[in-house]
Amino acid sequence: MEWETVIGLEIHAQLATKSKIFSAAATAYGAEPNTQACAIDLGMPGVLPVLNQEAVRMAAMLGLAIGANIARRSIFARKNYFYPDLPKGYQISQYELPVVEKGELLIDLDDGSSRIIGVTRAHLEEDAGKSLHEDFHGQSGIDLNRAGTPLLEIVSEPDLRSAKEAVAYMKKLHQMVVYLGICDGNMQEGSFRCDANVSVRPKGQSQFGTRAEIKNLNSFRFVERAIEFEIERQIDLIESGGKVVQETRLYDPDKGETRPMRSKEEANDYRYFPDPDLLPLALDEAFIETVRASLPELPDVKKQRFITQYGLSAYDAEVLTAGRPLSDYYEAVVALLGGEPKLCANWVMGDFSAFLNRDSKEIAASPVNPEQLAALLRRIQDRTISGKIAKDVFEAMWMGAGDPDAIIEQRGLRQITDSSAIEKVIDEVIAANPDQLAQYRAGKDKLFAFFVGQVMKASKGKANPQQVNDVLVEKLKG
Amino acid sequence: MYEKTIAQLSAGLASGQFSSEELTRVFLERIERSNPQLNAFITVTAESALAQAQAADQRRQRGEAGPLTGIPIAHKDIFCTNGVRTSCGSQMLDRFIAPYDATVVERLNTAGAVMLGKTNMDEFAMGSSNETSYYGPVRNPWDLNAVPGGSSGGSAAAIAARLTPGATGTDTGGSIRQPAALCGITGIKPTYGRVSRWGMIAYASSLDQGGPMARTAEDCALLLTAIAGFDPRDSTCVDQPVPDYAAALNRPLAGLKIGLPKEYFGTGLDNTVAAVIETAVTEYRKLGAETVEISLPNSQLAIPAYYVVAPAECSSNLARFDGVRYGHRCDNPKDLLDLYTRSRAEGFGAEVQRRILVGTFALSAGYYDAYYLKAQQIRRLISDDFRRAFDQVDVIAGPTSPTVAFNLGEKVDDPITMYLSDIYTIAVNLAGLPSLSLPAGFVGQRPVGLQLIGNYFAEERLLSVAHRYQQVTDWHNRVPAAFA
Amino acid sequence: MSLGVAEVAKIAHLARLAIRAEAAPAYARNLSAILELVEQMNAVDTTGVAPMAHPLDMAQRLRPDVVAESSQRDRFQAIAPHVEAGLYLVPKVID
Repeated sequence: MEWETVIGLEIHAQLATKSKIFSAAATAYGAEPNTQACAIDLGMPGVLPVLNQEAVRMAAMLGLAIGANIARRSIFARKNYFYPDLPKGYQISQYELPVVEKGELLIDLDDGSSRIIGVTRAHLEEDAGKSLHEDFHGQSGIDLNRAGTPLLEIVSEPDLRSAKEAVAYMKKLHQMVVYLGICDGNMQEGSFRCDANVSVRPKGQSQFGTRAEIKNLNSFRFVERAIEFEIERQIDLIESGGKVVQETRLYDPDKGETRPMRSKEEANDYRYFPDPDLLPLALDEAFIETVRASLPELPDVKKQRFITQYGLSAYDAEVLTAGRPLSDYYEAVVALLGGEPKLCANWVMGDFSAFLNRDSKEIAASPVNPEQLAALLRRIQDRTISGKIAKDVFEAMWMGAGDPDAIIEQRGLRQITDSSAIEKVIDEVIAANPDQLAQYRAGKDKLFAFFVGQVMKASKGKANPQQVNDVLVEKLKG
Repeated sequence: MYEKTIAQLSAGLASGQFSSEELTRVFLERIERSNPQLNAFITVTAESALAQAQAADQRRQRGEAGPLTGIPIAHKDIFCTNGVRTSCGSQMLDRFIAPYDATVVERLNTAGAVMLGKTNMDEFAMGSSNETSYYGPVRNPWDLNAVPGGSSGGSAAAIAARLTPGATGTDTGGSIRQPAALCGITGIKPTYGRVSRWGMIAYASSLDQGGPMARTAEDCALLLTAIAGFDPRDSTCVDQPVPDYAAALNRPLAGLKIGLPKEYFGTGLDNTVAAVIETAVTEYRKLGAETVEISLPNSQLAIPAYYVVAPAECSSNLARFDGVRYGHRCDNPKDLLDLYTRSRAEGFGAEVQRRILVGTFALSAGYYDAYYLKAQQIRRLISDDFRRAFDQVDVIAGPTSPTVAFNLGEKVDDPITMYLSDIYTIAVNLAGLPSLSLPAGFVGQRPVGLQLIGNYFAEERLLSVAHRYQQVTDWHNRVPAAFA
Repeated sequence: MSLGVAEVAKIAHLARLAIRAEAAPAYARNLSAILELVEQMNAVDTTGVAPMAHPLDMAQRLRPDVVAESSQRDRFQAIAPHVEAGLYLVPKVID
């Protein structure tokens, strides 16, 4: 039988606020245990939540970016369950009326096609703390620093049909939240994580199969592998006469398989009800318009603009707009140089990105800023140096040797464009290689490159390559 | 000194008749002598009280005293007090030293009031007789066999017995007004959102409201002026200016329209209590007020709706007491489930557990609509009843409680009968309105309270209407013989 | 609605309350009586009535995104039943 896979993703993006969603404690990652858990985060008696306006603004930003409806009135509810990392015995979340509803995201697939994936809703909620299972005499240790960190839970429609599509959707959403500046996107630290609802059904059947929910997938690779495993598992199960049960499963990256989550065995009854400590969240047109005006250019729009405005290939535009820091850097260089967008693209995607990669540096920490790179490219443009020499100058700049002009001067890298000087070098090279000259003149054209190489070597790479070519052609003719 | 009201004590301190330290010692001695009988205090903070009193006296010398500087008061043990045990009347918090002050506590500290201690209460404010306290029942100073009412029974009994001139209380379904009535003192539940709930341990968050209890409306006005007002830490606290409640007390009553809801004078109301209330109403007519009969047709639904809404919220509010971060933890839990279920079963008393169970049920899958949602709809109907009534009248008056104080143990095994003693007070909490109870007479030895209900944020009016009555009556000056 | 011992046990588990078997019938009785009381609500038709979750018709106030808390771990953990290395300890959590 042919099977069709149905996947829906619930993605939790930690919002990049300074303080928590309902308290004034810091959200910074990696602090000593329980040093960033204030009385509110600890669920002490008598404490009360007050909503962080920045979390609301960020949720609205995502909503507007995916063309969703921003609820003029939304409600915070309590989701009641007991767990040691949940201090109040309930999580404040949104249930019946979320702040964002009905958006969509365009995903690009490997075959070059694209699909629209529906986003059912996005709602604000608080994160829980962490249980540490290292051995404390057979007990678990609870760190509540993360408790109360704002999360935006973004729920897709069950529109995804393969693990690859799921990953493409997740990557696109990741790019979006990072672009918007509402999430740092750091998956290792859990800032962007995913629960996947997976089911299979015979192709052509309209109703959904029974789904399993795979919890807490925190890398694109795990999402792909976990879903692929789960699809296989479900198909094998059904084909061998079994039945998929609705359950929560965990992915074990070491074994590459999913297994049922023990703590979620019993059916939960979360007893959602409106949180009496929080009033309805009301957002007016003025607020929504302010947020809309603050939206940055989104990746798809920017990519198109790069193609038309800078004449870049679709591939170059895609690479350069993958992240905002890179596209901002690129545009700064183009603006400073006042043109030559292709040259700028080659350098930003080439040496610049390669050095960043090599040193695992963020763009913000790059030792070469756009002004410096533009200054370097200007020296290529005005033929002070060749592109090849420029690579050496760039490396020197990267290592902190200063501005390109200073490096060019200090190291005497200025290109030789004086034709009499070039002719002199060429004459010397020809004189020193009579055999090769004879062979060339006898028709061995390939030796032209040999002469170019010798001239460049003799000029320590500084001779203007175009001029060298032109003069050599004449001189070699004899 | 102990027989004086806060207003009188404030004048005495201002004129230098006595110091706050002297005053504080008087009350501490009275507590030491009488508390073993009454059990009104769970914790007495004698040492810090004297230190606060001395600081208040110095502040007065510097010319920085306000009306409450140096006035001894007590806090219901539901308000968190930094560094002082805050038990909420529960074994669960028997060893809980609060690491912060409630806003109400902070504001009274700022005003220079002196905290004598923490008063007894029904466990987590769930009760109408003060018999659910882990620390044992409080006795009514008018008759030691009678209950003081609840849940703020310790505060009410302490004021009636002159162990403190004033105290804080909280009112979720009548917990300030009913004990005020049963102990013959004055207490006001402000409009929901008028007083910050920060640091006040939650029972039912959409109903809870803190307020003052004292002998007179004037004293309540002084206390309320200090504790009311906006607090950025409470999202449900209203950002509206606080009037000087004491300044408006003498507003004349001529032309005042008092509504008498027929539902509050029907079956269920004890005849002798009814007679006292009618006499009080007559007194108001003499003072120039006009009375009209009104109807609050959904009154009989208040208790049913309350016993869904309040338990539902409490089942969630009390989930944080899990033996992990503070509070009671059972010995040697064998696993996580055991830690939870045993710590909570040991830490909570029977009434609290009953309400948690009722609330858990009302919110559970399959029952939410029929119970919780239905109760929220009834709540709307009750609130609309009041809205319509206040189109016709300025103030609503009636009995605070259907009976005078009942005997200790009389209703303790019958939750339903106990619940019915809040029949006239609960609707006000569902609607979020302000309401006050003031002493209006006696049936035998036991006091009767008159309840006044005002429109939203009409505390000023309620206090002045009560004050005018207290200008021409002396019920509020009666002292229980054993504590005179 | 009348609750039996089994239903009480189920609710008690949701609420994480250990109820002794011998106390269960009394709880069942009390809870049934309370439910009977609250079911008086059914006397009124509430079709179309908007549920009221808050007494005041106000919107949520928002807080500026400012960090204003510093660590009070020692104070908070001084009242904790069981801590080690800054962590709250509980019997092993299984996930």
